[in-house]
Amino acid sequence: MHDQLFWFFSIAMLLSGVLVVLGRNPVTSAMFLVLSLFFMAGLFVLLEAYFLAIIQILVYAGAVIVLFLFVIMLLDLKTENVRQFKRFGAAGALVVAGALAWKLTSVAASILPAAGAKPVVGTTEAMGKLLFTQYLLPFEVTSVLLLVAMVGVVVLSRKETK
Amino acid sequence: MIPVTLEHYLIVSGLLFSLGLAGVMTRRNALVVFMSLELMLNASNLALVAFSRFNGNLHGQVFVFFIITVAAAEVAVGLAIIVALFRRRQTVQVDEITSMRL
Repeated sequence: MHDQLFWFFSIAMLLSGVLVVLGRNPVTSAMFLVLSLFFMAGLFVLLEAYFLAIIQILVYAGAVIVLFLFVIMLLDLKTENVRQFKRFGAAGALVVAGALAWKLTSVAASILPAAGAKPVVGTTEAMGKLLFTQYLLPFEVTSVLLLVAMVGVVVLSRKETK
Repeated sequence: MIPVTLEHYLIVSGLLFSLGLAGVMTRRNALVVFMSLELMLNASNLALVAFSRFNGNLHGQVFVFFIITVAAAEVAVGLAIIVALFRRRQTVQVDEITSMRL
């Protein structure tokens, strides 16, 4: 069961990823991005990272994609009829990405998990314990980062007033 | 059917990363470039969670938590930059934005 679900989630995720890259309309791309991230959350559940799976859906589907769609609607972009890809640029990019994929997959075969490691379960309790003890300082710094990002967005999107 | 191991997750993650890279390099619409960037970030997240699961170590998942937070902040700032750019140039095609002057 676990294995079948793995194949289903990863193939569906990669397919919707392809459609994100190939989509003509930015709205279509955004919708397939949601789908891709949703299947990623499914993979997180298979890996027993339950907390991260929920966070993935909440943050990406709930916040990031809404932001993307909001900006697409705000800018009111038309579906472009012009060529979306430059021919030589696309060929070069595909060669580079293909080489990277080939290298990454061949390296992955040589990586083995630590012997005798007990699988961990990423429950909210276990994650919370780590976040509020060992990772307390980074956790607090993250809140400052979010504040800085918020101020930055307000400054960037303000209309210039003379 | 062969059982799914760490290797399979890493291969999926590598493929997704390369896919995102191809998107970043080929697409001209800045918004779609940004979405491909999200795919790349998620590919690295998958690799980290897989390592964390198979090595019996929760620290990788904490790292993914921080990556998700930083990615959310990055998306907010990036989209604000795109909006500001669109106001000034009326385009989000990256190859039409070649000069560094305002």
